Amino acid sequence: MVDGTENDIKPNGNYSSDNNLLIDCKNVDVFYGDKQALYNVSLGINEKEVTSLIGPSGCGKSTFLRCLNRMNDVIDSCSISGNITINGEDIYNPNIDVVELRSRIGMVFQKPNPFPKSVFDNVAYGPRLHGKIADKDEMSHKVEASLVRAGLWDEIKDRLNEPGTSLSGGQQQRLCIARAIAVDPEIILMDEPCSALDPIATAKIEELIDELKTNYTIVIVTHSMQQAARVSQRTAFFHLGNLIEVGDTENIFRSPENEQTEAYVTGRYG
Amino acid sequence: MPNYHGLFVILSSLLPCIIFLIVFISIDGFIKGVIIQNHLPNSLILLGREEVDFSVSILRNNIHNLQSILSLEILSTDSANSLYNYYFFYRAGFLTLIICITTFLAYLAGKKLNVRFDARRNVEKILKFIFFVFSIVAVLTTFGIILSLIFETVRFFSQVSFSEFLFGIHWSPQTAIREGQVGSSGSFGAIPIFTGTLLITAISMLIAVPLGLYSAIYLSQYARPKVRNYFKPILEILAGIPTVVYGFFAALSVGPFIRSTGESLGLTVSTESALAAGLVMGIMIIPYVSSLSDDVMTAVPESLRDGSLALGATKSETIRKVIFPAALPGIVGAILLAISRAIGETMIVVMAAGLAANLTANPLSAVTTVTVQIVTLLVGDQEFDSPKTLAAFALGLVLFFITLVLNILAMVTVRKYRERYE
Repeated sequence: MVDGTENDIKPNGNYSSDNNLLIDCKNVDVFYGDKQALYNVSLGINEKEVTSLIGPSGCGKSTFLRCLNRMNDVIDSCSISGNITINGEDIYNPNIDVVELRSRIGMVFQKPNPFPKSVFDNVAYGPRLHGKIADKDEMSHKVEASLVRAGLWDEIKDRLNEPGTSLSGGQQQRLCIARAIAVDPEIILMDEPCSALDPIATAKIEELIDELKTNYTIVIVTHSMQQAARVSQRTAFFHLGNLIEVGDTENIFRSPENEQTEAYVTGRYG
Repeated sequence: MPNYHGLFVILSSLLPCIIFLIVFISIDGFIKGVIIQNHLPNSLILLGREEVDFSVSILRNNIHNLQSILSLEILSTDSANSLYNYYFFYRAGFLTLIICITTFLAYLAGKKLNVRFDARRNVEKILKFIFFVFSIVAVLTTFGIILSLIFETVRFFSQVSFSEFLFGIHWSPQTAIREGQVGSSGSFGAIPIFTGTLLITAISMLIAVPLGLYSAIYLSQYARPKVRNYFKPILEILAGIPTVVYGFFAALSVGPFIRSTGESLGLTVSTESALAAGLVMGIMIIPYVSSLSDDVMTAVPESLRDGSLALGATKSETIRKVIFPAALPGIVGAILLAISRAIGETMIVVMAAGLAANLTANPLSAVTTVTVQIVTLLVGDQEFDSPKTLAAFALGLVLFFITLVLNILAMVTVRKYRERYE
């Protein structure tokens, strides 16, 4: 625990966006068994913006991300308290349909994880699952549209029947983004999506994130502060399970209010 | 390193000693034969080859005792004495020679020792050689078994035609021991016993695959770690129960139960039925399917599971559409291994399915399998070179070939699967 940090938090303070608040988290605590991973985190995320979560390893940023689509439910020992609403709806309400919730929130993982199926089937996986598209032509349109949006169509339009695992790392990650887009989510969560990729592939993904924010709300966990500075409008800094500071990306990197944030973004620790 | 110096001397003298002893034991029978043949009276040799072979073999078993050589009354007292002495001196001479060589080698090794001698590295070399020899023994034994199977099978096919064996539909291997014996036709059509094997294997797989697979899915995907830790070993105990226990369970409980159930439904069921054997064998094989399938499904990367769940798939959709297809090659490998286990299983079938080589696809009738026939062919008194006995080798070779192919297929599919996620 870092002393006095809680008093310094201004959960939704000093940002100059016109966008609406979409996700609102209040007093979120997360435990893995007896170990507490998040301490009283309150954070708001705006619609159609990129919010980046930064902080040293093990600071709880990925844990926080996984709370937003309830992926922490998969872990038996994990328990969550506090309140998270999306569009005013409490996502931890016992009556909520988790499967439906996850279909509204796409997720892209640290390591590209295409299914061992063809490129086409990878993208069509979600729509097929939810039975949204029955027509074959419509499905190919959907797949094409998703791949186009993920900036992958021109590269692999002739390789739709090859296994997704045969693509390069960067292509695989964009395939995973296309797969997430194909379910028409409102929100896309990205957990260090570029950490396994080379700089060129990373640049492509960053470009893509920038384009996607016109249609989607994006929350991205990243270890690279340059990346956070390049792609996000708002940045939240986590440390040891606490949300230390959140604000406009520019402010966080130029004139952070908290000493720890300053130390971290200027590279003095972390 | 005084230890290593001592070890070096022991190894370099005892090792050749052991090798010579093995040589002595393996050529002993041949030497005995040669010595005995030289002592046989001419009158006996004139009687023909079979008489000679017979006399040699009984003399060989009694050569260590002068009294019993005499009591056989094959040789005259003089030649019996001479035979006994020849062999006695040969044996004593050979053993003395071994002792001399060993002592000499120990002397040489001892002389080699001095402060600068690197005993440690030399011991290493000798040990390496010993390990090599032991591994060679295992490999050579395998080749020996295969070769003996092949040779005996070739002998079998010199007496029974190849096409009769492979395509004949009548199996009754009783051949005449004496001329003109009743019911001694002896026919070797192997189709009925292969269909019997197929039928029982099919029944057992119908039990083992669904039960094994579903319990593997439960254990690897749904069960809490605590439940899994208890369930998995208990399930694996099934594989540790001796097959003879399964056998009498099948013969005494399951068989009569099926029979009485069948009769109350108006079906004719024999007490020994393919169904009873297949059912019980299926239970026995469950852990072969479940354990390996469980392993391969657990090995499917977490990231794939999370990827599917994050797209809004339910747990069972994820299992059906992502985990199961990804693990399928491994599961196929598990099933192939289980099949080869089922084909090779003998005890349950001997006890529960009977010996009658019926050509039928009816699971309620008695059938027999390849392994059971091999057992019955070799149990009891028979000539070693009769087609009846040799048929066992032919069956054994076919069985070996089938399970070998299945095991190779299983290995290849499992390996292919492994490469995928590395």
